Amino acid sequence: MAMDKLYEFLTGPALWITVIIFAGGLAIRLAWLFGLSQERDKPWHDFKSAVWAWRSIIHWVLPWASVSSRNQPVFTGAVWVFHICWIGVPLFLGAHNMLFEQAWGWSLPSLPDAVADWASLAVIACGVFFLLRRLSRPEVRILTSAWDYTLVLLALAPFVTGWLAFNQYGPYGLMLNLHIFLSEVLLIVLPFSKLAHMVLFFASRSAIGYEFGTRRGARVW
Amino acid sequence: MTAEAQKAADEAQENAAASPETEAPKPVNVGKIKTILAANEGARMRMWLSICSRCGLCAESCFFYLAKDKDPKLSPAYKAIHTIGKMYKAKGEVSREFLEECKEVVWGQCTACRRCSMYCPFGIDIATMIATARAVCYSQGIVPDGLARTTENIRTTGNQMAMATEDWIETCDWMAEEYGEEVHGLEIPMDKPGADYMYTVNPREPMYYPQDVGMAAEIFHIAGLNWTMPSTGWDSTNLAMFAGDRAVATIPVKAMYDKALELGVKAIVITECGHAFRSAKFEGPYWVGIPGGEPPVPVIHSVELFRNIMREGKIKLKHKFKHKVTYQDPCNVSRNGGLWDVGRELVNMLCDDFVDMTPNREHNHCCGGGGGFIPMGPPYKKRRMESGKIKAEQIRATGATHVIVPCHNCFDQINDLNKEYDLKVKVVSFKEIITEIMEIPESMIPPEEDEQEDVLAEEEAKREVEEGAMEEAGEVQES
Repeated sequence: MAMDKLYEFLTGPALWITVIIFAGGLAIRLAWLFGLSQERDKPWHDFKSAVWAWRSIIHWVLPWASVSSRNQPVFTGAVWVFHICWIGVPLFLGAHNMLFEQAWGWSLPSLPDAVADWASLAVIACGVFFLLRRLSRPEVRILTSAWDYTLVLLALAPFVTGWLAFNQYGPYGLMLNLHIFLSEVLLIVLPFSKLAHMVLFFASRSAIGYEFGTRRGARVW
Repeated sequence: MTAEAQKAADEAQENAAASPETEAPKPVNVGKIKTILAANEGARMRMWLSICSRCGLCAESCFFYLAKDKDPKLSPAYKAIHTIGKMYKAKGEVSREFLEECKEVVWGQCTACRRCSMYCPFGIDIATMIATARAVCYSQGIVPDGLARTTENIRTTGNQMAMATEDWIETCDWMAEEYGEEVHGLEIPMDKPGADYMYTVNPREPMYYPQDVGMAAEIFHIAGLNWTMPSTGWDSTNLAMFAGDRAVATIPVKAMYDKALELGVKAIVITECGHAFRSAKFEGPYWVGIPGGEPPVPVIHSVELFRNIMREGKIKLKHKFKHKVTYQDPCNVSRNGGLWDVGRELVNMLCDDFVDMTPNREHNHCCGGGGGFIPMGPPYKKRRMESGKIKAEQIRATGATHVIVPCHNCFDQINDLNKEYDLKVKVVSFKEIITEIMEIPESMIPPEEDEQEDVLAEEEAKREVEEGAMEEAGEVQES
């Protein structure tokens, strides 16, 4: 049937392409930026410090650990919950781990299904909060373009379709294929968009950590 | 030049030919812009432009935004995206009209205080992006007049006020004489090789406030420091840095470094000025091209030096400063200089009644006078009085009668804010306070006036006796 053929394609060649572009894209982007930095970002290299990189990063990974994030505590809480679940669910979902096991013979520990279910809803709820915030706060709305709205929706899409599929709402085959397809689109777009902050967050935070910390003993939180 | 840019240039020329009365706007030199953009397009700039998630957290960090009833167009991200962001997106192919609009933002709505850089979750150094936009505008001759003039002064004379070396030396001599009447033995050494400290100033001191020079000399003399003024490289300010002219910005820094190395001094001291410290200690080494990014001779700010002098007991106080004071954390001494606790230590050593502003230390708000605003002059005064509302409210809330301000631009701005917002405060520098309350050691107190007359009379009598003796001897010899 059409849905089965599509499934084969999406979990076969399409998945391969996705993984290559996702992992390769991020790796190449990082390597290229690093190479560029040798020439044009001397202060970064001159003032590298593991201590200040760590401090700069940890004060923004932990919620409410910076003055700026304490100024908007609800937003900060939502960002934290969103990110933990957004990363945690795909990695520790039972259904995904069964597939990993099938494909490579190993898998990560699995979350109880009920937990994963609620975590997915948490991602969606936080996402809706971000959209509403973006629409209601003037200083955020003025910065937001169509692409920003698209990316939020794209980031939520795998969770919406995944939750619907798992809980068997809608035609299962279609929902499952949509889930895989949208996830693949997301992963392909990620390295080339602001979603690359997945890895670049650490690079940019360490840079400002050196600039203010190593050079001036100043806190950037 | 691209086909588009060439077309625009041709059109401009045609327009000029068609109506000779109206001056066609000078075409933009896209090549120059591309060079500047490329030089700054490193890993950091690329990341910053790419990963800004448009979260808007930077808005509340910016005093321009807060002072103007939270106008979203004043959020740092908005300002950066619509200036440097657009410049990169257009690959430098922008119009003169666009750059004139940018000028209003990057100079009129930002002091490069870097508070936003601290408040961004990704650590995007927004203020530095604005500084790059300044360099682009400047390359096309688009810059506030006040900064253009001072930059030209630096280019031709080495200092922002075009003060001749002879006048500089003369002013120092004059102050040595004046202050020597209060402190016996006071000198202002010039180009003393091997001195510990080489002191550098803001030209507005010798030009308009020479007593600042005298007060510094008083403090150093009483503290028994081995110090010198330099005859060249004495201007540590750097308005070219604010103008976005990196080439000219190198001039005063290089002169200062060269002189310090020539004299073999142990440290360069910066007067109570904010951006001079930033220019000499942090930005300068990169302009001059020193690998490793450190100045060739350690650079310390007056606040550090005064603190050390007081800590080491080199100056005794008659009494502490009696008024209720607050402390202005200049952006380039505190947030961008790391000296917020040093300043506080000094304040507490000198004053009994100190109340901090809120927020303070590295989180303090910019006064609104930095980033070139003061030298930008009257056309920008209204804007800095408006944005300075935040600083004015901070000061008023402390209930202090005196504000200690170790930065010339903050000094002028806060004086203006004092009048504008009727704050009823007096603005003082550390030099003023220290010289007011310090004890002059007995050996340095010049003799009293009657005592001086007696001394003169004694010397007169001695001379007569000697002359008399010589005459006698002469007579004896002659005969």
